[in-house]
Amino acid sequence: MNRTPSAIRRCGAGLAILMLAAFFSAGAFAEPSPGALPNPAQEARARALQKEFRCVVCQGESLDESRAPLAADLRKLIRARIVAGESDEQIKQFLVSRYGDFILMKPPLQPDTYVLWFGPALVLVVGAGVVVLVIGRARRRARQSPPVV
Amino acid sequence: MTGEIGQLALTLALALSFVMAGAGLAGARENAVTARGVAGSAALGMLVFVLLAFAALTYAAVTSDFSIVNIANNSSTLKPLIYKITGVWGNHEGSMLLWMLVLTLYTAAIAVFQRGSGRLTSAALGVQGLLAIAFLLFILFTSNPFLRIDPPPFQGAGLNPLLQDPGLALHPPLLYVGYVGLSASFAYAAAALITREADAGWARAARPFMLFAWLSLTLGITLGSWWAYYELGWGGFWFWDPVENASLMPWLVATALLHSALATERTGAFRTWTLLLAIAAFSLSLIGTFLVRSGVLTSVHAFANDPERGMFILLMLVLAIGGALALFAWRAPSLEGGAAFEPVSRESALLVNNVLLTAAAATVFLGTLYPLVLDALTGTKISVGPPYFAATFAPIAVALLVALPFGPRLGWRRGDGAGAVKSLLPAFGVALFAILLVLVFAARHVAAAVLAFGLAAWVIAASALDLARRVGPWRGDLWAAVARLRFVPASAFAVALAHAGLGVTLMGIAGTTLWRAETLSLLAPGESVQVGPYKLTFDGARRVTGPNYFATRADVTVGRGGASLAVMHPEHRMFPTEQQETFETSIRTTGFSDLYMALGDDRGGGRFILRAYYNPLAPFIWFGGGIMALGGLASLWGRIRARVPVPHGQAAAAE
Repeated sequence: MNRTPSAIRRCGAGLAILMLAAFFSAGAFAEPSPGALPNPAQEARARALQKEFRCVVCQGESLDESRAPLAADLRKLIRARIVAGESDEQIKQFLVSRYGDFILMKPPLQPDTYVLWFGPALVLVVGAGVVVLVIGRARRRARQSPPVV
Repeated sequence: MTGEIGQLALTLALALSFVMAGAGLAGARENAVTARGVAGSAALGMLVFVLLAFAALTYAAVTSDFSIVNIANNSSTLKPLIYKITGVWGNHEGSMLLWMLVLTLYTAAIAVFQRGSGRLTSAALGVQGLLAIAFLLFILFTSNPFLRIDPPPFQGAGLNPLLQDPGLALHPPLLYVGYVGLSASFAYAAAALITREADAGWARAARPFMLFAWLSLTLGITLGSWWAYYELGWGGFWFWDPVENASLMPWLVATALLHSALATERTGAFRTWTLLLAIAAFSLSLIGTFLVRSGVLTSVHAFANDPERGMFILLMLVLAIGGALALFAWRAPSLEGGAAFEPVSRESALLVNNVLLTAAAATVFLGTLYPLVLDALTGTKISVGPPYFAATFAPIAVALLVALPFGPRLGWRRGDGAGAVKSLLPAFGVALFAILLVLVFAARHVAAAVLAFGLAAWVIAASALDLARRVGPWRGDLWAAVARLRFVPASAFAVALAHAGLGVTLMGIAGTTLWRAETLSLLAPGESVQVGPYKLTFDGARRVTGPNYFATRADVTVGRGGASLAVMHPEHRMFPTEQQETFETSIRTTGFSDLYMALGDDRGGGRFILRAYYNPLAPFIWFGGGIMALGGLASLWGRIRARVPVPHGQAAAAE
């Protein structure tokens, strides 16, 4: 299996035009800039928040890692809102209202994600049931006829 | 000419694959000895022709024959020779041809190593033949690497620069050897169902292939993770990216299969389950290959861009997986099943192992495919990122690691639970000691570190203890004990290495994710920054020219405690042919930790952005993968040495 190139792999095909624009203007790559907030506690909050949101034009990259210009804008936006005194929850709500659940790295728990969130537990419970059943039967068999080794 | 030779070779291989499928399946009947011989010869003939096709494509790539579309689109005269060769499988058509080549290699191996071993092998060759037919049709009709273009372009479009890397040159072949190797256990499982010889024989015949596939997959995933680490420039090693998950799922199921097949071979337990796992492992390989190849993972809409290829893929998946499952549903109920064992026994431990591994695979499957399915069905877009897997996959992995050391200590059919616990007390002590060390020295994320290092120490110590118990270093002379290692069976080494490797990898993952130090700074020449124990001084950056790129190369002096240790050179490369940039990281490793640097944007006036990470224990992630693969190799070695030809039909009697 091939890895698709980072630029393509990380910057989604859905927004190919934007991506192409990025390719041909090398300067458009915006490194997460060291425009840190002077208050360390606020900066730490910004860094933590950045990791919870996805760069919406990329594939699987968080805002914290992305070189896309949009991600740079959103990093600035998060900082501006922190300075303006908004809580993490308020910032999260704002971003979700603007970009939808897609921006959350951790999918929200709601009816259409129940299967996603409870699926693994369900598999485990069913698996545990099967284990108990199989072991029970094997045990009965072992007790009935002593094994010939 | 080259293109036509390749085309002709593939067409002849297709003809032979029909012969092999027909003869192989016909040979599954009693006394159809002639058909079996034909199937074996067809397998070898197919190998010759697919090799020829592959050589033709490689020759075209090396000689830059741009009259072939595939070469024009993916190569260029400016590329170094090595990447002209590895570029052959750096694109869709070429990688499908590689897949086919690996399939024929395995098929030929089955034909050669199991020659004359009867109905089962013949049916397995038949199934491989069916797979080969599907693949060759797919290649010839939707992904033909030998199509011509007229007039040929003067220069090729080049290969994606990220793929121009030694790690990535090896990664796809290793992964394919793993994926396709699972076709052999799939074929044997199907053959067992077809011939109704679903006893221990098929599991024994398929085991070397299973082991080889598993160890290649382990190495392939390890290499892929390493590549992502040094090439992508984020210091991350696993992104829970769908492409990565596509390789993790077959690995998890193949791991479950190796364990389950052990019980099937030994006591005949879990017969039907092992058959199902063999089918599932290869099905996931197919799904993995095609999800990645069809582009569905990037976007559901990519599927619609190339409907012909997409439909073909879908049809193949349905036929292969659906066909195998239908065969299973039809024949499995008639299998005589039901092993007898006590609740505390090796069988029970393997059962627990299998449930946890299956649940882990199901979790990755859900996390990878759920967003696609939800988008396709309702149009709702969600993201499933690392936090999801941390919440669901990690607990399952923890349970697996807690239980793991008990398995090898329990006897078949009836184990000694109290004895196992008692014999594990020293390992428990080592784990407690590791936890104590963490508590004393760790400054950050102490709770998570206690769990991770406690578990890692538990698993590694238990594995070491297993080997120690066999040679008894406490019985006097230590050197004599070391010498006694020669008499330890390869299978014991295999278990110890594979399990300990997991612990080593866990240490690497925990150390890196919990204790990483990172800085992101704008530096003018002469300025310094501290990361972890290192002081980095930026001495400026200069332009350099590579064979097919221009680069900006930085000089960064690394110092520790006043002494200067090294000069590192992170690079930023621009590939004019491909119009792409890459970031060449610079990594200095001590074996216990990595200092990792990536050069960022040029901010004018000689100032650059530098991203640096101090990653404690990062190398352990890949050491662990290597140790696990060594475990697989040890097991394979033991098999080959102990190999006694099993006469047809007496497999069960030998038990």
